[in-house]
Amino acid sequence: MSGWRQALCALTMIFFSGQVAQAVEVRAAVLRVDYPRLLPVSRHDLRAGDIGFAGAALADEDNGTTGRFLGHTYQTTTHAATPEEADAALDAILADGVRLIVVQAEAEDLLRLTDRAGAAGALVFNASAPDIELRDAECRANLLHVAPSNQMLADAVAQFAVWKQWRNWFLVEGSNPADQALGQAFRRAAAKFGAKLVETRIFEDTGGSRRTDSGHVLIQRQLPVFMQGARAHDVVIAADATDYFAGYLPYHLWTPRPVMGSGGLRPVTMNATHEAWGATQFQTRFEKLTQRRVAPEDYNVWLALRVIGETVTRTGSAEPDAIRAYALSDSFDLAAFKGQKVTFRDWNGQLRQPVLLYDGWTTVSVSPQEGFLHQISPLDTLGLDRPESACTAFN
Amino acid sequence: MKTLLLSTALVALGLSPALAGKAFVSNERGNTITVIDTDTWEVITEFAGGNRPRGITVSPDGKKLYVCASDDDLVRVFDTETYEELPSLPSGPDPELFVLEQSGKRLFIANEDDNLVTVTDTETRTILAEIPVGVEPEGMGISPDGKFVVNTSETTNMAHFISTEDYEIKYNVLVDQRPRYAQYTADGTRLYVSSEIGGTVTVMDIAEDGAPTVVHKITFEVPGVQPEWLQPVGVKVTEDGSRVFVALGPANRVAVVDGQSLEVLDYILVGQRVWQLDFTPDQKYLLSTNGNSNDITVIDVAAEKAVRSIAVGQAPWGVVTID
Repeated sequence: MSGWRQALCALTMIFFSGQVAQAVEVRAAVLRVDYPRLLPVSRHDLRAGDIGFAGAALADEDNGTTGRFLGHTYQTTTHAATPEEADAALDAILADGVRLIVVQAEAEDLLRLTDRAGAAGALVFNASAPDIELRDAECRANLLHVAPSNQMLADAVAQFAVWKQWRNWFLVEGSNPADQALGQAFRRAAAKFGAKLVETRIFEDTGGSRRTDSGHVLIQRQLPVFMQGARAHDVVIAADATDYFAGYLPYHLWTPRPVMGSGGLRPVTMNATHEAWGATQFQTRFEKLTQRRVAPEDYNVWLALRVIGETVTRTGSAEPDAIRAYALSDSFDLAAFKGQKVTFRDWNGQLRQPVLLYDGWTTVSVSPQEGFLHQISPLDTLGLDRPESACTAFN
Repeated sequence: MKTLLLSTALVALGLSPALAGKAFVSNERGNTITVIDTDTWEVITEFAGGNRPRGITVSPDGKKLYVCASDDDLVRVFDTETYEELPSLPSGPDPELFVLEQSGKRLFIANEDDNLVTVTDTETRTILAEIPVGVEPEGMGISPDGKFVVNTSETTNMAHFISTEDYEIKYNVLVDQRPRYAQYTADGTRLYVSSEIGGTVTVMDIAEDGAPTVVHKITFEVPGVQPEWLQPVGVKVTEDGSRVFVALGPANRVAVVDGQSLEVLDYILVGQRVWQLDFTPDQKYLLSTNGNSNDITVIDVAAEKAVRSIAVGQAPWGVVTID
C-alpha cells in the first residue's frame, strides 16, 4: 500500500501543463582516465578517440529533447587525462562548479577521485570499473555504479551455460591481476549456479605486440597445444580482462567446444547489433550523431547521464544529494533498451541491469536467463547480493 | 509459401460476397499482412505488407488499409477488398504507429528515429507538417472531436497533446517509463496512456478544452508472474467506457479494467508477448496480436473470455478490423 501512496504523491508532482516549468540548468562532466594499453586482439575493439564521450553527447541530446518541454537544459563537458593528470582534471571540474561526474577509470584511480569529489559534495558515476571490491568493502556512498561488476558479467555467462546444461567448465585465466579477479568471479559463479570447474589453467601473459605480420600462424600452432589433455568439459570459460589471448580461443582449442567469457560469447552492456526492445532507435541516434558504432562504455556513460536526466525530470532538482536520493529510492526506474526497467541496489549503489551475451556478430542471448529466480528481482541473480556484500556506506 | 498458395487457392474457391468482416494483422517479422474472416475466424489470405509492417489502420469507409512499413520509411496502402497495393504515402523515417483523423484526410505518424510526428495528407499524398516531439515518439491517439492528437515519446516519457489545428503542442504530461499507447474514451472525457517499462497505465481526465489532468495510475499484479513482465502496451476501451482492456506484453495476458472504479477485474490469458488490440466493429470481440507465439487471440468481450486463437504470420504486431 505504501507503493500506492507513493504513486499518488508522484502523480501530484509530475503533472505539468507546459506553462509552469521551473528552469533547471544541469551541468555534468565525464572524466576519462586513459591508460597506456596494447592494441586489442581485434580491430573491432579499437578504442575510439571519443569513447564514452560520444555517449555523453547523445545523452545531452536525449535529455535536452525532454528538457525542452520542462525548461531543463543539459550541458556535459568531457575531459581525458592520464592517471597522473586525473586529480588536476577533477579539481578543474569541481572548480567549475560541476558536482555530477561520470568517471571512466580503473578501480584505484576511481576510488581516489571519488573520495576527492566527495569532499566537494559531488556524486560520481562509475562507467567502467568492474571490480567487485567497489561494490563490496570498498564501496562509497557518493559512488553509483552504472558499469556492471565482474560478478554480474560472470553470473550472466554462468546462467547461460547452466541453461544450456554446459555444467563442466574448463576455466582459462590470464596471469594479470585483472584477469585473476575476473577468474575469481567465474569461480564464484560456478559455485553459485552449480557448474563444475573440471580444469583450470593460466595462460601466461609474456608481453609483446598484439600485431604481427605472421598473424594467426603461431596462434594456430600454440593454442591447441596449450589446451590439450584437459579433463572432459562442455565449455571453455575465458577470464582475460586485459584482452591478450581469449579472443584467439574460438577455433583454436584442442577439443572442439564453445568459448564464453572474455572470448567467444562475451557479456556486454550494449553492442552495436542489439535491436530488441527499441534499441534500434538508440543505435540509429548514436550513429547519426557520432558517425560510428556504439561501444559498451559509450552506452554506460549515456546511461549514467540518463539516470541524471530522468531524476531531474521527475524531481526538478539537479543537486547531487537529491539525485542520489531519488536514484536509490523505490520511485526510480528507467528504460534502457533491455526489456525491463533498470534500478539501483540501494545497499551498494549498483545499477541492476540485464546483461547482453554477444558473440561479436549479434546478441545471442540476454541474462538473467529464464528460471533463475530471486525474491527481490531476477536481476539480483546477477552479481553480489545484499547478504553477500560487505558494503556499509549505504546503511 | 505453400500455405500462402494454399490460402490463395481457398480464397479463389470460396470467393463469396464480402459480407463478412475482416481483420488485418501486420506481421512485423514476416513482412506480411494476414487477413482473417471475423465471422468464421478462418484465415482468408496473407499478402506482402512491405518491410517491417507495424502500425495498421483503415480509412473511415473501410476501403483502404494503411500500414506503417517501418523499414521502407513509408506508409503502404492496400485495397481491403482486392489486397492490391495502392500508391504509398510519405511518412518520414521509420514510421511505427499512426492515427487517422475521423474524416480520413490527415494521418498523424510517429517517426521513432527522428523525434517527430509527421502529418500526411492521404488525398494529396503530401506531408503537411512535421512536429518536433520527445525522444522516440510511438503511441498516437486522437480525441473523438479530432481537436487533439496525443503522441507518447518512449524515452522522454511524456504524452504530448498536439493541436490538430495549428500543430502546436499544447500540453505535456509526464508519465511512467516507455509510454507506448494513448487511447481516448469514445466520449473524449478520459485518456489512457500505457507505460511498458513503468508497468502502469496513466489515467487522465480531459476537460472540455482538451486539457488533461492525471487522476489515477492503474497498476497490475498477477500471481506467479514477475512484476517486470507486466508491461502494458495496447489499450482499448469499450464504446460505453465501462471496460478497458490492456495488453500486458510478455505477461501473456490482457487485463480487464473497470472503466469506472479503475480496478483491475481480471487477466485473460492470451498468446505470448501480446502487444496491440482491436475490437471488431460491433465490439463483440477483441483481438490481440501475440508476437512471440505468432497468433492472435479472440476475446469474447461480454464474457471477458478468450474463445480461440488463430495462427497468423511471423511476429504479429498490429491489428485492425472492418465490417
